[in-house]
Amino acid sequence: MQFEEGLFRRDSGRMVAALTRIFGLENLALAEDVVQDAFCRAVEVWKLRGLPENPSAWLMRTAKNRAIDLLRRERTARNLLPKLANVFESEWTLVPTVHQFFDPQTIEDDQLRMMFSCCDPALSQEAQIALILNLLCGFTANEIANAFLSSRSAIEKRIARGKNTLAASKRLFDLSDSDFTGRLAAVHRALYLLFNEGYHGASPHGAVRSELCREAMRLASLLLEQPLTATPPSYALCALMWLHAARLPARVDDAGNLTSLLLQDRSRWDAVLASKGENFLERAARGDELSEYHIEAAIAAVHAKAAYAEETDWAAIVSMYDALMKLRPSPVIGLNRAIAIAQKDGAKRGLEEIRAISGKERLESYPFYFAALGEFELRAGSHDAAGRYFERALALARNSSERRFLEARIAAARDARAAAQIR
Amino acid sequence: MSEFLFLYRGGQRPESPAEGEKVMQKWMAWMQELGQRGHLKDRGQPLEDTGKVVRGKQKVVTDGPYAESKDLVGGFTVVEANDLAHAAELSKGCPILDNEGGIVEVRPVMQM
Repeated sequence: MQFEEGLFRRDSGRMVAALTRIFGLENLALAEDVVQDAFCRAVEVWKLRGLPENPSAWLMRTAKNRAIDLLRRERTARNLLPKLANVFESEWTLVPTVHQFFDPQTIEDDQLRMMFSCCDPALSQEAQIALILNLLCGFTANEIANAFLSSRSAIEKRIARGKNTLAASKRLFDLSDSDFTGRLAAVHRALYLLFNEGYHGASPHGAVRSELCREAMRLASLLLEQPLTATPPSYALCALMWLHAARLPARVDDAGNLTSLLLQDRSRWDAVLASKGENFLERAARGDELSEYHIEAAIAAVHAKAAYAEETDWAAIVSMYDALMKLRPSPVIGLNRAIAIAQKDGAKRGLEEIRAISGKERLESYPFYFAALGEFELRAGSHDAAGRYFERALALARNSSERRFLEARIAAARDARAAAQIR
Repeated sequence: MSEFLFLYRGGQRPESPAEGEKVMQKWMAWMQELGQRGHLKDRGQPLEDTGKVVRGKQKVVTDGPYAESKDLVGGFTVVEANDLAHAAELSKGCPILDNEGGIVEVRPVMQM
């Protein structure tokens, strides 16, 4: 049997969530120790004996037994869980209770509750995401730092502070709490940002990024498993993720180069993911709530419907961006809207719209802002201006595939100018 | 062919799950190679790092086994090889040697 890479990382979130339910959030470190211990035992045993039939179940069983051992020490039980001490002090109830906590359905709920706990309003969005990645996805501070081009010590501090906040709340967030709705919105936002980081992020490592997308999708689909959290915006968020993920196979061509949406080989889009995404979008429409995720998913669905870039219904997309600008105005959405307008009404209109974006200074650290300006100048025939914008974009490029993409655009602007001079 | 015992000493706890996976995959590849080449007699067992030591006529029991954890035997495997030199050669593929202080002790099993 072949070992599946990342198995430890993926199982870690499940185990931490279950053990935290048992030990309480203030004993998160103990839960993490038990999980670490299970991994170390797995390494020791499996390396000599080979993989067990079901590695995940083996890990879960090991963690469970370790938890039972710890709780059998009467003192541990009393100190950790004053409320549950009676249950855990009796051998009759100890084992069945722990088993119950490790039941697959319970573990799914525990992960949900952990997600809600991580999205504490006292924490910054960055801290919420770092905590989710650490606790629910099993990424180390180092791996998170790589994905976000941040330093390991900065991420470590962020996680440590976050864990202190969690410890103060003692219990995993209860989905029946009064601030459930606010927390759900924060969970949506964190998962959305996590997915985006994977999709558009700065990390040069393609593998890291697709893992982030996959984790965001795994956690988002947990929301659909629970009636309380399976709201229309949850479905819309999933629709948006699945429809975008469908395009991932075509985003990078065989040579490893970034390919823009309009030039992608659409036959490489993943039809299964796309149809699942459309399915989610249909379910998102039940109810009268219209979230930003609904609109973004609807835009992705319009793209998914066009077998060729030329068939894209740009008028529909422009109107959706109009709606999005009303709901959640931001310079990035303004930029995307301007790009859609350029597709619909031509490059000159696109340039006007970009220049009219309010707060566009905030886009000036974003390579694709200058890349879009360059693209429209090029199409409008201003080759020199296009070249200059592409150069500025190149200076901001965050990884080698962005750099290669922009170098190719600079060359295209140069060629277009040479061709114009010959004519 | 004769039998040899490989005793592994100086194992280290992996620093992260990802590192643990890497270490384990190296071991699995090594074990698989030993097996495919017909050298694996018994995959052996890993050992806990706790234990007791019982000493002398008084049968004094102490916690043990050793003061230095790096000397601890972490596990064993039985291999088949032509001779001691061959067995030592085979042991060079063991991933424990990637650790600082990792040791494979190669001991011939006494012939009956």
